[in-house]
Amino acid sequence: MTREELQARLPELLNSIAFAEGGQWLNADVAAADWKALALNLKNSPDLAFDYLFCETCVDWKTHLTMVYHLESTIHRHQLVIKIKLDRTNPEVETVADIWRTAEFHEREIFELFGVIFLHHPDLRKLILPDDWEGFPLRKDYDDPVNMIKL
Amino acid sequence: MDVNQKPPTPFPGEVIQTPGGGILVSKMDQVINWARSNSLWPLVFGTSCCAIEMMSTASAKYDWSRFGFEVARATPRQADVIIIAGTIVNKMAPVLKRLYDQMAEPKYVIAMGACATSGGPFFYNTYSVVKGADHIIPVDVYIAGCPPRPEALIHAMISLQEKIKSGMTREQIKMQKPENSF
Repeated sequence: MTREELQARLPELLNSIAFAEGGQWLNADVAAADWKALALNLKNSPDLAFDYLFCETCVDWKTHLTMVYHLESTIHRHQLVIKIKLDRTNPEVETVADIWRTAEFHEREIFELFGVIFLHHPDLRKLILPDDWEGFPLRKDYDDPVNMIKL
Repeated sequence: MDVNQKPPTPFPGEVIQTPGGGILVSKMDQVINWARSNSLWPLVFGTSCCAIEMMSTASAKYDWSRFGFEVARATPRQADVIIIAGTIVNKMAPVLKRLYDQMAEPKYVIAMGACATSGGPFFYNTYSVVKGADHIIPVDVYIAGCPPRPEALIHAMISLQEKIKSGMTREQIKMQKPENSF
């Protein structure tokens, strides 16, 4: 599907979906509550068939967090970027590890570095940091006076 | 390069000519150091992009075997020199220390590149990087660069050979100190 076709097709799955202008890929903003149902539809609809989650990450905007999912269909060769705004004090979103297996490790990494809680994740432990680590190093307000030399 | 020039560090000793041959006069320590410096096997240890340059130095175009760095060993027990090729993070630090402890004496350390020397590009505003591998293990030779070219690594290796030939090992220095003597 082309970008315009996708933009016309996606509101059929979710009314509240909002598209952002510009960028290399089609950007869509989704509410956290709608995400799981939409993700299942994106994966399972034959005309969409987003079977490849090629990037999952998080952005700290200081006022809020944004989850970013880069999706691609290896059949139709179209891409889509989903963005979900999360509350910074209590960031919670449904996991997609059961839909795209690769998300399991991505979400563990986002969990340890940004503190996002992925609901119903099969194994939400820290991935790289030591188990007793405190704080979320990739948040903008993270401070480690022992190891960090500030510039 | 002048092909007739003498090698920078010839065999330590002098030959006293006698009829029908000669007598070589030397010191055993110097001969041992000379032998050691010409057979230094590095440990396979690379933690980031410097490792790519190190692999290049090991392979056909630069070929560190020409200088006695023959083969890289995958076990610290068979290695003489560890080239710290890359960033050392806090989580890697105990591993590096253990590898160094497992190496047999005499052992030497080359800190390759900015990260291993000082933390380099990760000196400021980083929670995870050790600001120089010399916080963990003693370093013999430092190389500047990010990453250093293979020529720079070979230069450092030859510098290490010069260092070994020119003097005592750490252990020999330790043995000389009265408080450490038996």
